[in-house]
Amino acid sequence: MAASGAGAPARLIRRKSPVLLAAATAIAVLVLLPVAATVIDAAQVSRDEAAELLWRPLVGELLVNTVGLAAATTVVTAVIGTLGAWLVERTDLPWRRAWGALAVVPLAIPPFISSYAWVSLTPALQDFTGALLVVSCAYYPLVYLPVAAALRGLDPALEETARSLGRGPWGCFFGVVLPQLRPALLGGMLLVALHMLGEFGAFTLLRFRTFTTELYAAYRTGFSGPGASLLALVLLGLCLLCMAAEFRVRAAARYARIGGGARRAGARLELGWLALPALAWFALLVLAALGVPLGMILYWLTQHGNAATTPAGATLASLADAAFASVWLGLAGAGFTVLLALPLAFLAARHHGWVVTLLERAAYLTQGVPAIVVALALITLTLRAATPLYQSAALLILAYAILFLPLALVSVRAALLQAQRSLEEVARGLGLGWAAVMGRVVLPLAASGLGAAAALVFVSVVTELTATLLLAPIGTRTLATEVWADTSTLAFAAASPYAAVMAVLSLLSTWLLARRFGGGALAAAG
Amino acid sequence: MAELGIAGVSKAFAGQPVLDAVDLTVAAGRLVALLGRSGSGKTTLLRLICGFERADAGCIAIDGQVVSNAAMLVPPERRRIGYVAQEGALFPHLTVAGNVLFGLPRAARRSRQGVAELLDLVGLPSAYAERWPHELSGGEQQRVALARALAPAPRLVLLDEPFSSLDAALRVETREAVAAALRRARATALLVTHDQAEALSLGDEVAVLRRGRIVQVAAPQRLYRQPADADLAQFVGEAVLLAGQAAAGEAHCALGTLKLAAGMPEGKVEIMVRPEQLSLIRPPAAGQAVGHVERVMFYGPAARVALRLRAGGGVGLVARLPGHLAPPEGAEVGIAVTGEVAAFATGAGMDAAA
Repeated sequence: MAASGAGAPARLIRRKSPVLLAAATAIAVLVLLPVAATVIDAAQVSRDEAAELLWRPLVGELLVNTVGLAAATTVVTAVIGTLGAWLVERTDLPWRRAWGALAVVPLAIPPFISSYAWVSLTPALQDFTGALLVVSCAYYPLVYLPVAAALRGLDPALEETARSLGRGPWGCFFGVVLPQLRPALLGGMLLVALHMLGEFGAFTLLRFRTFTTELYAAYRTGFSGPGASLLALVLLGLCLLCMAAEFRVRAAARYARIGGGARRAGARLELGWLALPALAWFALLVLAALGVPLGMILYWLTQHGNAATTPAGATLASLADAAFASVWLGLAGAGFTVLLALPLAFLAARHHGWVVTLLERAAYLTQGVPAIVVALALITLTLRAATPLYQSAALLILAYAILFLPLALVSVRAALLQAQRSLEEVARGLGLGWAAVMGRVVLPLAASGLGAAAALVFVSVVTELTATLLLAPIGTRTLATEVWADTSTLAFAAASPYAAVMAVLSLLSTWLLARRFGGGALAAAG
Repeated sequence: MAELGIAGVSKAFAGQPVLDAVDLTVAAGRLVALLGRSGSGKTTLLRLICGFERADAGCIAIDGQVVSNAAMLVPPERRRIGYVAQEGALFPHLTVAGNVLFGLPRAARRSRQGVAELLDLVGLPSAYAERWPHELSGGEQQRVALARALAPAPRLVLLDEPFSSLDAALRVETREAVAAALRRARATALLVTHDQAEALSLGDEVAVLRRGRIVQVAAPQRLYRQPADADLAQFVGEAVLLAGQAAAGEAHCALGTLKLAAGMPEGKVEIMVRPEQLSLIRPPAAGQAVGHVERVMFYGPAARVALRLRAGGGVGLVARLPGHLAPPEGAEVGIAVTGEVAAFATGAGMDAAA
C-alpha cells in the first residue's frame, strides 16, 4: 500500500528507504528481545511442571497482593486525581494555579524515594494500607494530568446546555462532564495499574510482596531459569492485559469536540463555605505527596550524628561518584534512546501501512514490560550468548533504551510531525536537496522536540532503580543504588544525601522541562 | 409560551461595562432577533437571561416570574428555558435520541416518546434518532440542538448565533428549518446574531444592541427603512447619506426633491437613501440629477454602481441595480429616487457619537 503511493499524502519521499526500514525493524526486534527470551524460557517448562510451579500458595498470594493493590491504588488515584483536577480547573478554589502546579510535582519524585521517606517516618506502613497510601500519593498525578487536560478542553456550552435543560450542578457533572472525561480517566487509571504491576523499589522498602519483589528475591538466591521465567510470564501477561485495555480505551476515545469554534473558559463553580474543606484536602494531599518525602530527606540530612545504623557514612567523594555515575548513565541512556527512536519515529511520522504500524506497536509494547522482566531477560541472554556484555555499562544502557524507547518515541514522533511535509516541499521547490532539507528545515524544527525526548529519558534513567540494580557493572554505584542499599539496611541517614541529590536533579530537570515545553511534556512522562 | 421582560439590566466585566441599563420585551409567541456587532454585549445579555451569568443590576422576568434581580438568582435549570448554543453543543456521548430526550424526566427518557415528532418538527427524518452527533453535518447538529431545546416545552427559547458556524448554503437552509420549527412550536424566542440579513429575515422584531445599549426595537421593514440614526442605517445595510433640508414631508438635496417618510424631523437634516432606491436613466432627462459612473461591480443578478454627482461638489453615491440594467463605466446617467426616504436631524443629540 505504501509502496504504490498513488494518491497518498506522500509525494516527494514516497518510497520507504530500505535502509530506514531495515534499521527500524532491527530496533523493534531488539526491544522485543527480552519479551521473546522470557516467553521462550518459560516455554521450556513442561506442562506438568508449569502447573506445579504456578498452582502454589505463593503464586496465589502474589497474585492477590499484586492485583489487589493495583486495583485499590487505581481506584484511589482515580478519585484523588479527578477531584484534584476538578477543583483546580472548574472551581474558584483559592490559589488554584499554585495547587495545580504542586499537584504534578510528585511525578518527579521516584516512588522508591517516597517509600524510603515514609518507611523512615514510621515502619507501621509496611502493610497493605501503608503501601496503598504511599503508592497512591506517588502515582495520582498520572490520573490528574490527563483529567485536568480533558477538563480544560471541555466545551462549556455542553454544561450550560445541560443546566438549561433542567440538570443541577451534580446531575450535570455525572450526566455530562464525567462521560466526557471517561477516556482520560480510564487511560490514566490503566497507566497507574501498569506502573503498579512493574513497581519494585517501593514495594521492597515497604516489605510488600509482589511479583517483582519475588522475582528479585529469586534472582538473588540463585533460583532462576524457567521457574522465574514462568513467574515473569504471569506478570508480563497482567501488564499486557492493561496495555490492551488502554489501547482499546484510546481507540474508543472519539468524544472529540464536534466542530471547532471559539473556545471560552467555562464558568467556575463557586465553592462558598466548601472552599475551606477543599483547601484542607489539597493541603493534606500536597503534604503527603510532597511534604513527607522532601521533609524526611531534609530531616535525615541533619541527623548524620546519631544515625542509628550507618554502615559507612556518605562522604563527599562517594556522593560525587554516585552523582557522576547517575548523570553519565542518564546522558548516555538519553542519547542512545533518542538515536534508536529516530528511525522508528521518522517512519511513523512519514509513512503509513501495516508494516509501519506493526513496528510502531512493537516498540510501544515495551511500555508494558516491567523493568525487572527486561533486566532478568537480558542477564539470561548475555550469560548464554554474549558473556562479555554481562555486567557491562553497554548492557545497562541498552536496558534503559528498551525501557524508555516508548517515552522517547512519543516526543520524537511529535517533533518530526512539527516539520510538516508541505514545508519540506517548499524547501524542495526552492532548490534544496534531501540532505539540505534535513539540515535546514526538518532538524531545526524538530530540535526542541528531540531535546524534550532526551530530557525525559534522562530524568527517567536518573530515577530508575530496578534495571540499574540488576545490571550495573560491579563497582558502579549510582544515586539510586546507594539509596536502595542504605535503606534496605535501615541506614536512613546515610541514604539521605543520595536521595537529596537525586530529588534535586529530578525536580530541577522536570521543572526545566515543564517550563520549556509546558505541562504536556510531563503528561508524556507518565 | 410566555413573555420575556428585561428592565434596567447592567453588567460589567472587570470594570468594563458591557450592558448598560438594557430594557427589552419579547411578547408571547414572538421571535425577536437581537442584532449587534461583536462586542456589543448581545451574547452577554443572552447568558444573563439563561442564568449562566449574574446581572449587576436590573430585573429579568420570564412569564411574569422574576428569575434575576438584585435579591435573587434562579439557577438555569429552574428557568424552564431552551438554549441553543453557537455550535449546537450536542452531547458527544449520546445518540441523537439521547440528546433530544436529555431534558425530559426519566420516565419519558425510558419510553423514548416523542423523538420522531421532535425530529420531524425540525425537519429531520426519524431514522436519525440512532445516529451519533459526529455523523451529522453542522446544520443537522443545529436542528437536533433545537429539537433538544424544544423537547421539555420551555417557556422561552434562546438561540446564540446558531448559524454562524455554518457555510453559506447550509446557513440559508438551516435558518429556514429553524424558523419554521419555532413558528410551528409557537415558541417565544430570542435569537442573537451579528448578521443583518439573518435578523431582518427571521425576526418578527429586531432589537439592535450597540455598546451595551438598545438603540432601536422595530419590525424589520421599519428598522431598515427608518433606522434611528445614521450609524444604525449603515449597520443595517448600505446607505447613501446626503445633506439636505426637510420641510412639509419633503426633503431637498443634491438628488432633487424627495418624499420623506412620516414622522421625520424638519430643518437641517441628513437624508438616507438605500442604494436599491436609486434608478439610473440613460440618457439623463432634463432637470434630473446627473452622475458619472465611476465603477461597476457586477455580481450576476445584481450590480453595485459607484457614481459621482456632477453638481453639489461631486458627492459620491452608490446604486444597486438588477444586473441587466448596469450602465457601462464612464457613462453619464440621470438619477431618480423611488419610494420614501428617511432623514436624521443633524447637529445635537446624535446617538452615534455616544
